[in-house]
Amino acid sequence: MSSVAKKPSTGASGGSGRERAIDIVNRRLAKRYRVEKRFRFYGLCSIIASVVFLAVLLTSIVGNGYTAFFQTYIKLDVALDATMLDRADPGGSDYQGIIKKSINKLYPEVEDRRSKRELYALFSSGAAFQLRNTVMENPDLIGTTVTLWVPADDDVDMLMKGHIKRDVPESGRRLSDKQLGWIDRLAVEDRIEKRFNVTFFTAGDSREPELSGIWGAVKGSFFTLLITLVLSFPIGLAAAVYLEEFAPKNLATDFIEVNINNLAAVPSIVFGLLGLAVFLNFFGMPRSTPLVGGLVLTLMTLPTIIIASRAALKAVPPSIREAALGVGSSKMQMVSSHVLPLALPGMLTGTIIGMAQALGETAPLLMIGMVAFIVDVPGGFTDPAAVMPVQIYLWADSPERAFLERTSAAIMVLLAFLILMNATAVVMRKRFEKRW
Amino acid sequence: MKKTVTLAALFLLLAGSLSVIGCGPKADQAGQSAPETGQAGEGAQSARDYISIVGSSTVYPFATVVAEQFGKTTEFKTPKIESTGSGGGFKLFSAGVGIEHPDITNASRRIKKSECEKCAENGVAEVVEIKIGYDGIVMANSKKTEPFKLSRKDIFLALAKEVPDPNGAEGKLVPNPYKTWKDVNPALPATRIEVLGPPPTSGTRDAFVELAMEAGAKKFAWLKALRKEDKKAFKEISHTLREDGAFIEAGENDNLIVQKLDANADALGIFGFSFLDQNTDKIQGAFVDDVQPAFGAIADGSYPLSRPLFFYVKKAHVGTIPGIAEYLAEFTAEKTWGDEGYLTEKGLIPMPKQEREQYAKAAQELISISCGEL
Repeated sequence: MSSVAKKPSTGASGGSGRERAIDIVNRRLAKRYRVEKRFRFYGLCSIIASVVFLAVLLTSIVGNGYTAFFQTYIKLDVALDATMLDRADPGGSDYQGIIKKSINKLYPEVEDRRSKRELYALFSSGAAFQLRNTVMENPDLIGTTVTLWVPADDDVDMLMKGHIKRDVPESGRRLSDKQLGWIDRLAVEDRIEKRFNVTFFTAGDSREPELSGIWGAVKGSFFTLLITLVLSFPIGLAAAVYLEEFAPKNLATDFIEVNINNLAAVPSIVFGLLGLAVFLNFFGMPRSTPLVGGLVLTLMTLPTIIIASRAALKAVPPSIREAALGVGSSKMQMVSSHVLPLALPGMLTGTIIGMAQALGETAPLLMIGMVAFIVDVPGGFTDPAAVMPVQIYLWADSPERAFLERTSAAIMVLLAFLILMNATAVVMRKRFEKRW
Repeated sequence: MKKTVTLAALFLLLAGSLSVIGCGPKADQAGQSAPETGQAGEGAQSARDYISIVGSSTVYPFATVVAEQFGKTTEFKTPKIESTGSGGGFKLFSAGVGIEHPDITNASRRIKKSECEKCAENGVAEVVEIKIGYDGIVMANSKKTEPFKLSRKDIFLALAKEVPDPNGAEGKLVPNPYKTWKDVNPALPATRIEVLGPPPTSGTRDAFVELAMEAGAKKFAWLKALRKEDKKAFKEISHTLREDGAFIEAGENDNLIVQKLDANADALGIFGFSFLDQNTDKIQGAFVDDVQPAFGAIADGSYPLSRPLFFYVKKAHVGTIPGIAEYLAEFTAEKTWGDEGYLTEKGLIPMPKQEREQYAKAAQELISISCGEL
């Protein structure tokens, strides 16, 4: 207080003699408020900008993708003629032929070969497989007529969803005027409708958009991440605890620390190259499998987990350690029953964030052959599998237009998983966080 | 409160360690079984029950359709197909015999002599070559404007980094001075040259420079003469595309190029015919030497920018890996690659019947190629 009072007196001696400290403060006050306001405004602006970007991204993804959750189906009455089906071995019958016969019955006026081909093109090739499965499940159906909702071809689906315009000339459309007429008749007879796309959530990849699904990739991601979690969490935890609590501070540990921080910043493709050289070429593990994918992603996530875990350990106040040692516990007891439990929420958060990063990774998997067309849903760690981001990449590159909406839908599924994982991390932190 | 937190944390720790114990042996088993299978492969015992296919991203859309059909209609597993590019595919394919190496590689060009020799070096003695059909490379623009009518010479002049001096001095190259299509050829519109195309890693790019740029360069007599004397220098001239913004590398994603063309009516794009075929309502193919890319024109060879597609089979794996012979039979069946086969719906241009019969026979009898013929 006194120093403030002194200052104007020295100023007064050199100047007009009227200006006091409070005047200077008052004069600058408006400017200071302005600066502060501006500063807040900049902060708010950047928040708004990021929210706008996110909103644009999400609306475009959801806007493109939500239609993929519905798929056009056509109602078909299929006569399971006993002469065409062998009761003893229903698997080997010509189901495509039966489907074609049923389609002919629907449009008896279509006779020439070319028109018939166009007519069959309205139905997905998956119809025959669906019929086969139905009959295999229940062979008693042979001899009766069943009503099936079979998937429509992707072009029909695109027309129903408005992605193929009717007003362009016939040559510029993938569906001819004749085909449009047939579809309109189906609509009049209530034989065509959009239904929830179950296939998308139960099938593996396919080259026919209407038969493709994300389930194979989801399972592939699950197996891959399971390997990653099981390996990287205990290793990362042990490394962090040792480095933070037990390791002597010397050149060697400094060197290790620099290397860990360095590895966290290495582009992920490098880990893929390493995986190719070590796991595939040296150990001869099978290509394109979750086992190798998980190992590579473990290498990639380990530095993240170690760094986060060390930060969590550092945040435990020294008083806890001293108190534990003070009542006579050994160093290991101190770590395992006092420090570790307190640091664990932070470690788990780091692990989940590392896992979320691993879930979205494609580059390292490219090198070990996981960017591949795989139809069969993987059943284990050594079955060839793709993961979700790879599936998105592959669909985005496919020429069929129906894959466009499926790409967006797959992104939505991936985002849902990421949100789920990150939310778990937040909840866990909130729930177990300890403040001193 | 503190106790519950500690308890919860300990429980998590326990769960973590339990999962390690529980899953540890499993991971170990898998780790052990892998080298075993590696050894088993050398003993020609099949421990892989699916076909492994690698190779060209151009053949990928066709091979995957066949693989899926094959997987659904036979008792064999669906083959696994990786899109590695033709060169990458040959590299993996020629690495050796055994289950860790792929059985089949797809290629958007013929195998090179060096690649064939590499195969022989690594014990892949017998390789069966199957040509599957043709693919066209199109230059397309938005339907909002007129289709372009280009010659291969126009394409070369518009896109090469260095072009012959327009003032006529022979043997002299100048940095590409052309700004608009009209500068290249007065018959063309006065729009700025803007072409979106694939990056150098792409097989489409390789084929484009070979079929369009080289052929365009050969229209100049002195460049044609140069090709005979110094093939390397000629390739340098004809294969180098502009870097001043007239040619834009738009990435491997052809869908993206189609969308950009739709948004920018003045731009042209370079991609495979199947993408034009799927998007005829938005884009149209440019005439090249007076022929518009269409199914028939590519099939009969009148459209100049078309290339054959192949796949190569490791004969030593047939019989060892289940299903290879059946996969070949599926691929070479008329219902697959014939004039009305299901691959035509995906944009593959079928071969003439006689050629189909020839390669179907090669597939059935597994006639291998010799490196000397290449």
